Amino acid sequence: MLDAILSYEFLQNAFASGLIIGVIAPLLGVFIVVRRLSLIADALSHVTLAGIAGSLYLSQSVGALALLNPLYLGIASSVMGSMLIERLRSVYKHYEELAIPIILSAGIGFGAIFISLAEGFSSDLFGYLFGTVSAVSRQDLFIVAGIAVIVLAFIRIFFKELFVLSFDDEYARASGLPAKWIHFLFMIVTALVIAGSMRIVGILLVSSLMTIPVATAMRVAKSFKQTIWLSILFGEISVLTGLVTAFYFDLAPGGTIVVTSIAILLVILAYRKISLSKKRGAAA
Amino acid sequence: MAAPLINIKEVSYEYEQTKALDHISMAVEEGDFLAILGPNGSGKSTLLKIMLGLIRPSEGSVELFGVDSRQFKHREWIGYVSQKSNSFNSAFPATVQEVVAGGLAKKAGLFHKLPKNTAQQVEEALNAVGMKSFKNRSISELSGGQQQRVFIARALVAKPKVLILDEPTVGIDVQNVQAFYDMLAALNRERNITLVLVTHDVDTVTDRISHVACLNQTIHFHGFKDQLHMMSDEEREAWYGHSVRKIHHTEGSHTHA
Repeated sequence: MLDAILSYEFLQNAFASGLIIGVIAPLLGVFIVVRRLSLIADALSHVTLAGIAGSLYLSQSVGALALLNPLYLGIASSVMGSMLIERLRSVYKHYEELAIPIILSAGIGFGAIFISLAEGFSSDLFGYLFGTVSAVSRQDLFIVAGIAVIVLAFIRIFFKELFVLSFDDEYARASGLPAKWIHFLFMIVTALVIAGSMRIVGILLVSSLMTIPVATAMRVAKSFKQTIWLSILFGEISVLTGLVTAFYFDLAPGGTIVVTSIAILLVILAYRKISLSKKRGAAA
Repeated sequence: MAAPLINIKEVSYEYEQTKALDHISMAVEEGDFLAILGPNGSGKSTLLKIMLGLIRPSEGSVELFGVDSRQFKHREWIGYVSQKSNSFNSAFPATVQEVVAGGLAKKAGLFHKLPKNTAQQVEEALNAVGMKSFKNRSISELSGGQQQRVFIARALVAKPKVLILDEPTVGIDVQNVQAFYDMLAALNRERNITLVLVTHDVDTVTDRISHVACLNQTIHFHGFKDQLHMMSDEEREAWYGHSVRKIHHTEGSHTHA
């Protein structure tokens, strides 16, 4: 495997991108899960689909855009989607969750229109929907690395504010933290991570890499920081195992990554159950 | 004479064309232990939220430490403990220590890390509320009363001059409510922390407070608790919206609805 990675640039791109998103997706995912925003990740990934499909269509129909990397429009639509969700949440103050199905359906709607307008990019689209090992370019890797720098800087700078906001947003606002601005930046960073992770995991499965490793970590972690480290660890194991399996068996990496993360979750749940029943047995 | 710590001037608040507060004026001085009492829907929590700057009044203004609340920069001088059930995520994967350290976020400032002596400050704050031995426990494992003590420690860790509490005993066992108010009284007495409290626990809190404000859209009474008995029956009825029975105890007077 190592020989293959050293020999083929596409494998280097896929594994390097995978290693990066294995860190940033679960890292941001911890805040998404504890803030109960998991469905927003799904909505944004579907908006990204609209951007990707739109870009693929434009690259077919407008000659000057033939070489445009679809990730750019994917990122732009994801960021725009995050802003629209926030706008809709303030319009429907008493039904904030309505913003998610509205944006999610808009994403699928536009995506479906662009896909039907442009016939003939089904193999490209399959890669964007479920991830790819072979089609990750050096440019994709640079984009993912750039997003990772932004995410890590954001978390590093605003960690304490994000923690307070996630735990108790009323307290955060009462204590004078710029909760509104931090939330706004958080949504944009989330949109970036979703668009960046999509090349490896795929649009339809990107939110699972942000939530399943976190759900697993929460069953065993004793503190918030431990939840973060364990989420990253489970994320990395899922991505690496998933990519290797996908490469050897010629499968979509999104599927193998998510199935690996589900397997880790099941192992941890079983471990917790056994250790709890042992404890109860000892106490009885 | 020093400016009041909180000075509410002719504050009114309307929500969807319903008047929640009507021309409220009230001052909280240093060292006060003030309980804001009133029936459900009387505007108590709204008034606290206006004091904290969480909502803006439709009319009037609030001064904090002599400065208009919109220009007030030292939010860390005001600690806040909300109704437990209202705001925090009860299954949050964090230790007591991490939660209390969050109370230093504003004081440390944006773009700055928490100070190096955070662990020591957290320990001191937990000690003040009798929760030092719980510092490594998960917040979700604690009882309602223990969680509220942790939230008071989170407010105390930034060394506030005023502590504002919104029905802090909701969700706490009846037998622990007394001990909870004793702890608040000790903070007021020994650390000179000014306390403003919204509560329904009239019986329990009366012995410990210094001032009372009776609120029901307007202020019906605000002054020393010992003067509360001077309210006429008509004033009491206007305050609570229905007949209120006054029961005299040997020390002070307590009011029961």
